[in-house]
Amino acid sequence: MPRVKLARIAQARSGDKGEGSNIGVIGRSEAAYAFLKEHLTEEVVQRHTERINAGGVKRYSADNMRVLNFLLEDSLGGGGSASLRTDAQGKTHGLALLRLVLEVPQAVLDATPDDSRDGSGELLETVAVDDEE
Amino acid sequence: MPSKDKVLIANGQGFWGDSILGPVRLVEEGPLDYLTLDYLAEVTMSIMQKLRARKPDMGYATDFVQLIDRILPTLVERDIRVIANAGGVNPHACKDAILKVVKKHGLEGVKIAVVEGDDILDDLDDLCAKGEEFLNMDTGEPLSSVRDRVTSANVYLGAFPIAEALETGARIVITGRGTDPGLVLGPLIHEFGWGREDLDLLAAGTVAGHIVECGAQCTGGNYTDWQRVPDLARIGYPIIEASPDGSFVVTKHEGTGGLVDPSTVVHQLAYEMGDPANYITPDVCADFTSFKLESVGENRVRISGTRGAPATDTYKVSLSYHDGWKAVGQLTVSGPDALAKARACSEIVWERLRLDGFEYPQEQRLVEYIGANTCHAGIPVPGADDPAEVILRLGAKGPNKEQVGRFGMELVPLVTSGPPGVTGFAGGRPKATEIIGFWPALVSKDLIPTRVEVFSTED
Repeated sequence: MPRVKLARIAQARSGDKGEGSNIGVIGRSEAAYAFLKEHLTEEVVQRHTERINAGGVKRYSADNMRVLNFLLEDSLGGGGSASLRTDAQGKTHGLALLRLVLEVPQAVLDATPDDSRDGSGELLETVAVDDEE
Repeated sequence: MPSKDKVLIANGQGFWGDSILGPVRLVEEGPLDYLTLDYLAEVTMSIMQKLRARKPDMGYATDFVQLIDRILPTLVERDIRVIANAGGVNPHACKDAILKVVKKHGLEGVKIAVVEGDDILDDLDDLCAKGEEFLNMDTGEPLSSVRDRVTSANVYLGAFPIAEALETGARIVITGRGTDPGLVLGPLIHEFGWGREDLDLLAAGTVAGHIVECGAQCTGGNYTDWQRVPDLARIGYPIIEASPDGSFVVTKHEGTGGLVDPSTVVHQLAYEMGDPANYITPDVCADFTSFKLESVGENRVRISGTRGAPATDTYKVSLSYHDGWKAVGQLTVSGPDALAKARACSEIVWERLRLDGFEYPQEQRLVEYIGANTCHAGIPVPGADDPAEVILRLGAKGPNKEQVGRFGMELVPLVTSGPPGVTGFAGGRPKATEIIGFWPALVSKDLIPTRVEVFSTED
């Protein structure tokens, strides 16, 4: 199966939410959203962001917007002004998630136009499974 | 019956510090009925309380006065009304400053309305005596654990007091803390005569307010595919074209930069979101999974069919309190071996502090190597292992100001007593600054009276 970054089939925006952050992941097509709803689970996001988020991950969905909303419960190093981090508001967490590498069926890719313009959506044919573990 | 079949509401300010070009161009470059301006973040209220304690005529968003000075003649000429939460913790001082601007321009009959009732700092003990517990919504802790350190306490008021203020004919409505979407829902209630039972309509206005509350974040700002967005320098701020049935179109003035399409709007709908099916405001619980979103032309997105459920009987309160001290500083470390040298610098700092009897537990330290993938820590990024240069960013926090301040003294000495190529110390020695903690809580609505007062230069 083709391996691509999440950015190939989704967009994202993130921001602060108390002592954590939320990442809204937007499927670039109905096919991409359906695929992500099944495969982009709380566990997958938790593992990918484990160095950013010290807490749990909770997922909500909004089919009308093709949005999966992930709450990272402790991802700012303290909330409000208590965070010392440069990204104290989780503004970059969405882009961090878009770096996730996924195996996506060709049919989903065919049904999803590549609208990214920075090369982040390119096919990663050279990435082997073991490199990511 | 509604007096109009379409109302144009724009938001020209997403936070205190947003560009003044947004609102100026909104009123000058196309038709508009209302301009809303959002100045308040959580931390702002506490800062404003401190400013007011030092100077009794401060404690509001001073940028707002500058803006009104610049656009007031246009507002009057084009009959545009303004709603701003610029009042902060001192809405009357804000109103007085605006009245001075009105006088300076020699304009007659400009009415200013002030919405009050959100600031409950002085009423906290009374409210506690009436049985309000102000339990922390996240942790369940009682307020008593921080009560003597509370520095501000503000209720998030809803949209109805804003609608009431507009009924008075005021040109400018100044509020303190309220919900951000309420700035847009208020004029919709006023224009279309929506009532407290019109839950779907209130929910629709809330969705509209949420979309525009962060200014250009729905017109192509902070957008994933940013290369696709035309002319970010001239980005247009968002406008809601609202209809009495609750449907509305998100757009921007013709000829401005930026992009309004379903995906730029959805980017903002997903922002600062919890459970999308239950977006709670004092006016309604809006269901963000209910509406239909469609492109209806170039830079035009229509939203319709929004559903809402009854509001709760409580207001959200944001309390802030003193929560210790922090200091953060940075140095630039050049290559070769930039990252290895930055790591050594960090170890040297903590060791020197330990030698002097100051220990900092891991959870009270910050060590960041900016340029070596700090933001996406733990995620493989090409080139992160050997950057050409690194910004070493160190910080400490804790309850003891002296301890935090001592940390700040050990950073700059690295320039002469650490590895070579350490520079960029222009910011000097980092000083201990106060950490403001937040305490989210609830309070019964029936204990919080709101008030609207109207003023003009003729008074």
